[in-house]
Amino acid sequence: MAFDLHMALVIVAAAVATYATRIGGYILITTMKRIPPRMEAALAAVPAAVLTTLVAPAFFIGGWDSKLALLVALVVGLRASHTWMLIVAWLFVLGWRHTIGM
Amino acid sequence: MSRADFFDGLRGGSAIAMASAPFGALFGALAVDNGMSLAEVTFMSATVYAGASQMVGLELFGHNVQAWLIVASILAVNFRHVLYSAAIAPYIKHFSPLQKFFTFFLLVDPQFAETLKRGEAGKPVTFVWYLGFGIIIYIPWVLVSLLGGLLGNYIGDPKLIGLDILLPAYFLGIVLDFRHRDNFLPVAAVSAVASVVAYHYVGSPWHVSLGAAAGIILAALFPPPPHEQELESDLHEV
Repeated sequence: MAFDLHMALVIVAAAVATYATRIGGYILITTMKRIPPRMEAALAAVPAAVLTTLVAPAFFIGGWDSKLALLVALVVGLRASHTWMLIVAWLFVLGWRHTIGM
Repeated sequence: MSRADFFDGLRGGSAIAMASAPFGALFGALAVDNGMSLAEVTFMSATVYAGASQMVGLELFGHNVQAWLIVASILAVNFRHVLYSAAIAPYIKHFSPLQKFFTFFLLVDPQFAETLKRGEAGKPVTFVWYLGFGIIIYIPWVLVSLLGGLLGNYIGDPKLIGLDILLPAYFLGIVLDFRHRDNFLPVAAVSAVASVVAYHYVGSPWHVSLGAAAGIILAALFPPPPHEQELESDLHEV
């Protein structure tokens, strides 16, 4: 139940950064009136770009169990919600590891 | 009137709270599994209050990444909120400064989507409605994270029960949510390739910033769309 000071500071910094993004657009629009199109395009691309960098290496360094589970999750995700993606990927990995092995 | 608005908000927000609950619990369980304490888990959910970025934090805490890079990655994932607060500006101008302070704190993806929808439909966006909608998502989010953390204490080897697949699968799901945005495929493809190359030649955690930068620069280089982009929230949970 320890409360690590370093961890607490990182969390506070993350909270302040997040709050800055939530108030930032309001400040930007009330001072600039309009966000330049290229800047808007760049901003819109940020979350997908960042999250892709967390998935792609996980896919390449993972074993066949993880690779195939992510591919199955991808197919499921085009049709169904996040919850189903997680359930299917999880069952796939569990099934693989308990039949074919780790 | 304001009482009815508040309950209207509660009703709308409760559906979002239920949809978000499994992810809050997952965050708590994986966080404890990665060595965070229950107090830290609860504190993070209560202050950062942005699911995808909290998961990103976890992923990086587990890799002994420098603190500023963790914060920068969380900032990057949450950068979409800049567009949200710009878009709802016309509908919340009449809020008092204190009300605005709470408004921005509670501005998660579905909160943004509902506020914009309500404003565009010509319905009054009152602070009590906004607050009702927001706290019915916020309070369960914090509680469910704690609950997940309590369960996380009983998890043994995460690989044995397949938990290690959940984080990448979750991130994949969020990436897919953005697939209707302009230039999604080239941005995702370039970020994917750049991150894998950076992972091999520069090393973790730089693949995150280098890969993301490649995709973002590409998006800025594309000719801007001739039409006004319809801004929507792509995520349906916290």
